[in-house]
Amino acid sequence: MREIDVKDIIPIVKKLCIDASIYIGDDVVEKLKEFQKKEESPIAKEIIAIIFENQRLSVEKQMPLCQDTGVAVFFIELGQDVHLVGGDFYKAINEGVRQGYKEGYLRKSMVDDPIIERKNTKDNTPALIYLDIVPGDKVKITLAAKGGGSENMSEVKMMKAADGIEGVIDFVVDRVRRSGGNPCPPIIVGVGLGGNFEQSALLAKKSLLRPLNEKNPDPKWAKVEEEILEKVNNLGIGPQGLGGRTTAIAVNILHKACHIACMPVAVNIQCHVHRHKSAVI
Amino acid sequence: MSKEIHLRTPLKDDDVKELKIGDKVLITGIIYTARDAAHKRLVDLIEAGKDLPFDIKGQIIYFVGPAPARPGMPIGSAGPTTSYRMDPYSPILLDAGLKGMIGKGPRNKEVIDSMIKNKAVYLAAIGGAAVVMAQSIKAAKVIAYEDLGPEAIRELKVENLPCIVANDIYGKDLFDEGVRKYKK
Ligand code: SF4
Repeated sequence: MREIDVKDIIPIVKKLCIDASIYIGDDVVEKLKEFQKKEESPIAKEIIAIIFENQRLSVEKQMPLCQDTGVAVFFIELGQDVHLVGGDFYKAINEGVRQGYKEGYLRKSMVDDPIIERKNTKDNTPALIYLDIVPGDKVKITLAAKGGGSENMSEVKMMKAADGIEGVIDFVVDRVRRSGGNPCPPIIVGVGLGGNFEQSALLAKKSLLRPLNEKNPDPKWAKVEEEILEKVNNLGIGPQGLGGRTTAIAVNILHKACHIACMPVAVNIQCHVHRHKSAVI
Repeated sequence: MSKEIHLRTPLKDDDVKELKIGDKVLITGIIYTARDAAHKRLVDLIEAGKDLPFDIKGQIIYFVGPAPARPGMPIGSAGPTTSYRMDPYSPILLDAGLKGMIGKGPRNKEVIDSMIKNKAVYLAAIGGAAVVMAQSIKAAKVIAYEDLGPEAIRELKVENLPCIVANDIYGKDLFDEGVRKYKK
C-alpha cells in the first residue's frame, strides 16, 4: 500500500490546467501540417497558417491558445494499491483547478446552474471527474480541457443493429455536416459505440485521448476511422466552415460491448485547440 | 483571399458597400464586445424603449468573452465565440443601427436578411486563434454589465484586427459558397 497525500495533487493539477491551455500537442501540429500540404483552398491554407502562428504566440506570450479554456474534465486512473490521505481527493482536484485557472489567467467558464440562475462560479469549478480503478500503486491524472463551441456540436443517438456500420458512418458524417463551421474546424471526431446511453458519450470523449498519430489498434476499426475521415473531408466544410478539404484531421473510435437490443452511438466533436495533458504520481 | 481592406469604425454605408465575401479586412478603431447574456440585456433595453450603454450606430460588435489580462496587458486571449447563439438578437440590434458583427460559424436566414435590409456585414474571425486576435487589441475597458464577468460589454481599441468577410450586404454567404466549392 502506497500513501499519497491529496495535498500533493493540488500543484500537479494546477500545472496541468496551465500547461494544457498554452502548449498544443505535437500530434495536433503534425496532423495540421500534413493537411495543410494537401489543402486546395487558399483561404483554408491561410487559416491553418494563422493557427500555427497562434500556437507560436501562445508559448511566447504565455497566453492560452483560446479564450475558452474549457470545462476541466479529468480522467483519473487510481491504482488499487494507493491509499489517498490528507483530505478529500475531489476537493483537491477542484482546488488545483481553482489555482490553475486563477494563476494562469484562464477564463472561468462555469455557471452554477444550467438554466435558471446561470451564475458564474468565478473559479472554473466544479471540474468533471471520472474515476477508474486500475492495478498498481500509481495515480494517473489526465486533463481534457473542453471548449463549449465544439462540445455543443456533439450528440448521442440510440441506433439499431439493423442500421449496420453504414448507418453509423452516415450518422457520424451527418453530425459533422450539421456542425459546419461552428466547432472551429479543423476538428477531431471522437466516436463512442456500444456500452449504454451514458457510456457511449463517455467513450466518445475518451476516444479523443488517443494520440492523433496512433492508429486504432484494431485494423477493422482503423478502416472505419479512415472511411469516416475521408467522407467528412469530402463535405467541403474546411477550416472555420469557409470551404476547403481540411474539416477533420482525425477520427478516433472507442467501442464496448452492449445489450442485444441496443446500439448507442455518440459523437464528441473536438476543435483544433485539442488540450489534453497527463501526469503520473 | 481576394483583397485586403482597411476599415475604420464607425462604419458608413460607403465602407460596407465595398466589402465582398472572401475579402480580408483589418479593422482599426473602437469596437464593442457582447455575448449571449449581454445581447439579451441590450435587446431588453431596446424593447423597453431605453438607451443602450453605447451608441450602436455604425458600430461593430465582436462576439467574444476574453480570458483575463495578465498584469500590464490590455486583455487576455480573445478569439470569437460561436455566432448562432446571437441569431435571435442580432436583427433587433441591426435595426437599431449596428453595422458589423465579428464571430465564428454561419448565421441564420433572419440575420442574413436583416444584414441586406440594414446594409450590414458579418465578419468571420478564426476560432481558436485567440492570441493572434489579442495582439490587435490595444486597450479594453468594461463599460456595462460587470456582473457578467467574461460576458460583460467591453469597449475595445483595436488596430488591424484581422477578419474575413463572410456575409456581405448583397446577401452572399461565404459559409455556403465556400463549402459548395469544395464539396465532393
Ligand atoms: S471550439 Fe475550441 S477553438 Fe473554438 S472557441 Fe471553443 S475552445 Fe476555442
